[in-house]
Amino acid sequence: MELMIENVSHHYGETHVLEDISFTLKDGEIICIIGPSGCGKSTLLRFIGGLEQPTSGQVLIAGEAPSGSLNPLTYIFQDFALLPWRTVEGNVSLVLEDHGIHGSRANAIINDVLARTKLADFRKALPRQLSGGMKQRVAIARALAVNPAVMLMDEPLSALDSQTRELLLDDLVELWSREKFSACYVTHNLAEAVRLGHKIVVLSRRPGRVRQIVEIDMPLGERFERMGELEETQRHLWNLMREEARAADMELADVA
Amino acid sequence: MSLDTTHAPVTSAAVPRPVAPSGARPVPFRGGGFRHKPLGFVGPLVFVALIALWELGSRTGFISPIALPAPSEAFAAFMDLVQTGMLWTHLEASLYRLVVGWTFGSLLGVSVGLAIGLFSFVRAGFLPLVSALFPIPKIALLPLFIVWFGIGEGSKVATILFGTFFPTVIATYGGVDNVDRNLIRMGQSFGLSWLSIVRKIIIPGALPAILSGFRISASIAIVLLVAAEMIGAEFGIGAYILMAGALFATDQLICGVAMLSILGLTISFFIGKAEKYFLNWRT
Ligand SMILES: Nc1ncnc2c1ncn2[C@@H]1O[C@H](COP(=O)(O)OP(=O)(O)OP(=O)(O)O)[C@@H](O)[C@H]1O
Ligand SMILES: [Mg+2]
Repeated sequence: MELMIENVSHHYGETHVLEDISFTLKDGEIICIIGPSGCGKSTLLRFIGGLEQPTSGQVLIAGEAPSGSLNPLTYIFQDFALLPWRTVEGNVSLVLEDHGIHGSRANAIINDVLARTKLADFRKALPRQLSGGMKQRVAIARALAVNPAVMLMDEPLSALDSQTRELLLDDLVELWSREKFSACYVTHNLAEAVRLGHKIVVLSRRPGRVRQIVEIDMPLGERFERMGELEETQRHLWNLMREEARAADMELADVA
Repeated sequence: MSLDTTHAPVTSAAVPRPVAPSGARPVPFRGGGFRHKPLGFVGPLVFVALIALWELGSRTGFISPIALPAPSEAFAAFMDLVQTGMLWTHLEASLYRLVVGWTFGSLLGVSVGLAIGLFSFVRAGFLPLVSALFPIPKIALLPLFIVWFGIGEGSKVATILFGTFFPTVIATYGGVDNVDRNLIRMGQSFGLSWLSIVRKIIIPGALPAILSGFRISASIAIVLLVAAEMIGAEFGIGAYILMAGALFATDQLICGVAMLSILGLTISFFIGKAEKYFLNWRT
């Protein structure tokens, strides 16, 4: 299954948020989206997942979702979005119940995804008892439970401390290596972008346009060992972003 | 080899412990306070002490029996009620009105509150009406209710029903409005049906507000109960208090007021239990 973002532009009232965004997300590919604050990354992700509609342009799906995919386009949110009144397993079963999956079938899926996210011991825990990293792993488990074709992640690690972020980054790479999902990954963190992205879409400040699409060939599994070679790319990304970020920063100061 | 030695595992013994110089003193403690410790026994103790003082005051003649009867006399009035069997008659009448009025008022209130919270059309149509009717003291409408529902149980139940309906509506739609929008968006992003989102996300999310609305509506219900029973009722705690007042039987009056207080405490105890049970997910 492929996703095509075609000439997407959007404005909220007077605010021009996105302008003429186009790129394609191929099967099994991770695209990272970076850009200065307020350039419309979260908005773009909402269009891709069908939670909102752009003023012009469209997002197209090509090909069938793999069979067994309950929810082809699945989000992982920055603030985890777990139901505080449900246990870990309850939060996972929430997204299965509507597909008529109950009882032992649900149990098998829950066991599987909790094992994959190393949460098997915390089935009965409530979200308030979990650390930030564990909460995000629950959210990842919930996303895995519906067997997504595309994961849409909006700064999934930015609410976490840097050690936890490293651990979860490793987990994500490991999960992807086992089962090649595709993903759109919005981040502010260039190191995350070069660790995870096959392509990195760099957006300009608002109205967000595609400044450049940087491709990285190195296999995901090798990137941790070969961080040194990626430094060049990371510096290149930062050079692209620096001016934009500074300008965006001044802009916001003006508005306020 | 030299690398190995620098990377040798650091044992805790290897970390040099600082030696305090003479004259070192602990950092003065400035935290603490402004936090409540659970001291469950103090409350009842204050109660008992106050009643004992009161009793003592009455016995020694410091408190005139005309101004305030001794607690023992109020208790005697209570035992009198028990022996004549009137306790149950009064209590039954009051509880019936309270339970029926409050239950239906709350059920209707939660339903209308949910509808206002969920549908823009209902909100636009009913919210101004609710806001207009909420501040009216419902007891002012009792004569009208007597005309509509009769002097019997109907008017009293209706007063309590209306009195509890409005605060419940307001608590409920406020709770729905305050449900985290991100959770709703999450539900939509996983393709949950509208009904599932309402049932599994919105209602549990609004439950804390609804339960604290129940707390308020229950105390309003007791106030209205007594007021309604004071206007044309043969039995009921309110009628008992009114009668005692008319006869200047202050011991019975205190006895009746104490029963109301115990009734209120009992209700709030059960709502507290419900909160513990349903909201155990909160910190
Ligand atoms: N629902 C909305 N109504 C009006 N304006 C909005 C809405 N959502 C976002 N915006 C505006 O659109 C712009 C882009 O917002 P968006 O959240 O997509 O940016 P972002 O790139 O994700 O920013 P950040 O990096 O801070 O997360 C911002 O200026 C924001 O104020
Ligand atoms: Mg954002």
